[in-house]
Amino acid sequence: MKRYSDMEYLRLSKWQKFVYKLVSFLVGIPLGIGHFFQKIGIAIKDGFLKIVAEFKDIGVTFIHGDWKTKVSYVVMGFGNIARGQVLRGLLFLLFEAVFIFYMITTGGYWLSKLDNLGDQGPVEVYDPVFDSYKTEYHDNSFKILLYGVLTVFFIVAFIYTWRVNVKQNKISEEIIRSGKKLRSGKDDLKSLVDDQFHKTLLALPLVGILVFTVLPIVFMVLVAFTNYDGSHNGYSNALFTWVGFKNFGTMFSWEVNTAAGLQSYSATFGEILVWTLMWAFFATFTNYFLGMGVAMAINKKGIRLKRMWRTILVMTVAIPQFISLLYVSKMFAQNGLINQMLMGMNLIKNPLPFWTDAIWARVTVIIINIWIGIPYLMLITTGILMNIPADLYESAKIDGASGWKQFTKITLPYMLFITGPYLLTSFTGNMNNFNVIYLLTGGGPTNAAASGAAGSVGYTDLLITWLFKITTGGDSQYYLASVVGIMVFVVVALISLVVYNVLPSIKNEEDFQ
Amino acid sequence: MKNEKRHMGLKAANRLSNTAIYILLVIISVIWLLPFVFILFQSFRVESTWQVGYIIPQQWGLQNYINLWNSDFKRWYLNTFIIALVSAVLVTVIQLCMSYTLSRFRFKMRGPLMRFMLILGMFPGMLTMIILYRVLADIGLTQANAVPGLILVGVASSGMGYYVSKGFFDTIPKSLDEAARVDGATRFQVLYKIILPLAKPIVIYTILTAFMGPWGDFVFARYVAMGTSAGYNVAVGMYSWLTADQINNWYTTFCAGGVIVALPVTILFLCLQKYYVEGVTGGAVKG
Repeated sequence: MKRYSDMEYLRLSKWQKFVYKLVSFLVGIPLGIGHFFQKIGIAIKDGFLKIVAEFKDIGVTFIHGDWKTKVSYVVMGFGNIARGQVLRGLLFLLFEAVFIFYMITTGGYWLSKLDNLGDQGPVEVYDPVFDSYKTEYHDNSFKILLYGVLTVFFIVAFIYTWRVNVKQNKISEEIIRSGKKLRSGKDDLKSLVDDQFHKTLLALPLVGILVFTVLPIVFMVLVAFTNYDGSHNGYSNALFTWVGFKNFGTMFSWEVNTAAGLQSYSATFGEILVWTLMWAFFATFTNYFLGMGVAMAINKKGIRLKRMWRTILVMTVAIPQFISLLYVSKMFAQNGLINQMLMGMNLIKNPLPFWTDAIWARVTVIIINIWIGIPYLMLITTGILMNIPADLYESAKIDGASGWKQFTKITLPYMLFITGPYLLTSFTGNMNNFNVIYLLTGGGPTNAAASGAAGSVGYTDLLITWLFKITTGGDSQYYLASVVGIMVFVVVALISLVVYNVLPSIKNEEDFQ
Repeated sequence: MKNEKRHMGLKAANRLSNTAIYILLVIISVIWLLPFVFILFQSFRVESTWQVGYIIPQQWGLQNYINLWNSDFKRWYLNTFIIALVSAVLVTVIQLCMSYTLSRFRFKMRGPLMRFMLILGMFPGMLTMIILYRVLADIGLTQANAVPGLILVGVASSGMGYYVSKGFFDTIPKSLDEAARVDGATRFQVLYKIILPLAKPIVIYTILTAFMGPWGDFVFARYVAMGTSAGYNVAVGMYSWLTADQINNWYTTFCAGGVIVALPVTILFLCLQKYYVEGVTGGAVKG
């Protein structure tokens, strides 16, 4: 691709400029992805060097350290206690004791079972006393995986703490050698509301995130590599175990069942993905532009009762979405208010297929989403619109720019620049907009060709509603739900990456003239 | 003379476009308000309990509200109210801790932590539903005991939503902190005595959104309650009235329930509207 200098670029015609920008955007995508992998490579190299340096430091500290330091390598916190920092030392020691106790009593067991998630499932045992069979339960794959992951977390935390313990000994020795005094336990406690205050503030939120977000996500990502489902629930009916990449193979298989008229799994996945992206695109940009339009209409000079118009729209934000969505969904139903009214007025003979025809349903959800989204966008854009310097418009008016020209040359670039990051989050948010789709259509109408896939796929199903349907469906194929979840992550991450890496470079070229 | 004419023309054009905008705004207002007016009217309809093709009831009455009172709705409402109230307090504390720290402190792990949470946020939350359910079931916080379970999960993972309030804290000048630090205030005193009073709008915004969230919480709440009515919140309970086999008996009761749920939330929202607008605008600008 030929790169133009600034002067050459300015001389191009409008059409050529457009083509140039488009091509450089398309070329930029692989470049951006390439840069990303390059960055990963560098990060891996740096990480490796850092680990080597850490090991070297651990060794050097041991060789040069005094006996207190050396004992601390085995008995954590010994150095601290011996040097008078009793509180710190005791905390280290306590952590070590808890860790060893946990590993011996339970942690070791979970870890040892992690390789195949349990050996023996439930067995029917004959009971001669009552002359009947009863079930004996043994291993629990679910718990093994969960607590196994937790134990791994714990081990990592222990190694980190041990490293901190070694480092502290080194620092303490240096401080003592330079003749200064070490911090006392009282100082440590005081620093928790002062220069170490961030640790106090973050402790609770981060523990919450670790236990209720990080751990579940790690667990569910691992589930994608097992056969965990309704008939292998890991305890009461059968164990589940590792299956490698088999589930990804299922999701992306091209096998077509022509006899039953079923399409392949990957075709179903592709169809849902395309609709998800289409939906996110329309949902984001229709709301964005129409919301901006409404905001500008209300903002216009000479329009009265601005507050009232805004309040009317804002009120609809307050009403919980499930009420409005469910109500509107029923309003458009086959025998709902709209159809009955239209038929009562003899405008139509048969009810309109709002939720029963694929195209109708898709268009209707996008339109209803506009109804849901405009008030919110109106709120967001109102504030930003008012921040645009008024003298820009004044000088444009003097130059004789029309209203439309003012919009495309001043308002729009400004808005896009300010709300760029918002548009990105809004796009990815819409990709995962479960409520609107599920409460309006439940994913329907059913896609007959995709009925070979898990979770009774419908034409308005997004990846996220599909995930939900697989999870709660008859066979509960959790492993497939997990694959879908990972794919959602991959798509969202890719889009974010491309937008972050590619768009700014193009934007800078334009530079808001 | 000529100039004046042009001036007149401009004025007329302006009046015309204003009229067009007024018409547009009236149409928009009607479209936006109508469904809610429909719900209100149908909640007073007595002659039938299913969907009909007209809006104004032929017979007015409070029968639907009496039905509501006699159903499990009271329990659902109470459940939701408790969740909303407790979350409003705890979520606010957690989110403010998180956002204040990430906005004000510069420590070694700050960058990696924020990047890590950004990546974490790209996983769909629904993915973790199964395991969270199993864990809650293990400690007995599902079905009839769904309320504490929902609070626990909602509060514990709320730290991830720190973006909006961090954006707000970023706008409070740092020189304020530094001046107070020079005068010998600890970090805690800076937060308590200087930042918090200034942060009133964002505190109210956070409380408001945290309180409103649980009223619409549907998917996870439904999964955790697993068909036990005593553990439903309003969204899950009222959804069960609109399934294909229930809708003909419960449609108007659903409308009455909608009114009862929407009224307090809407009034609260309208009172605190100013703070909400500040919050969403700030959040969008700072991404």
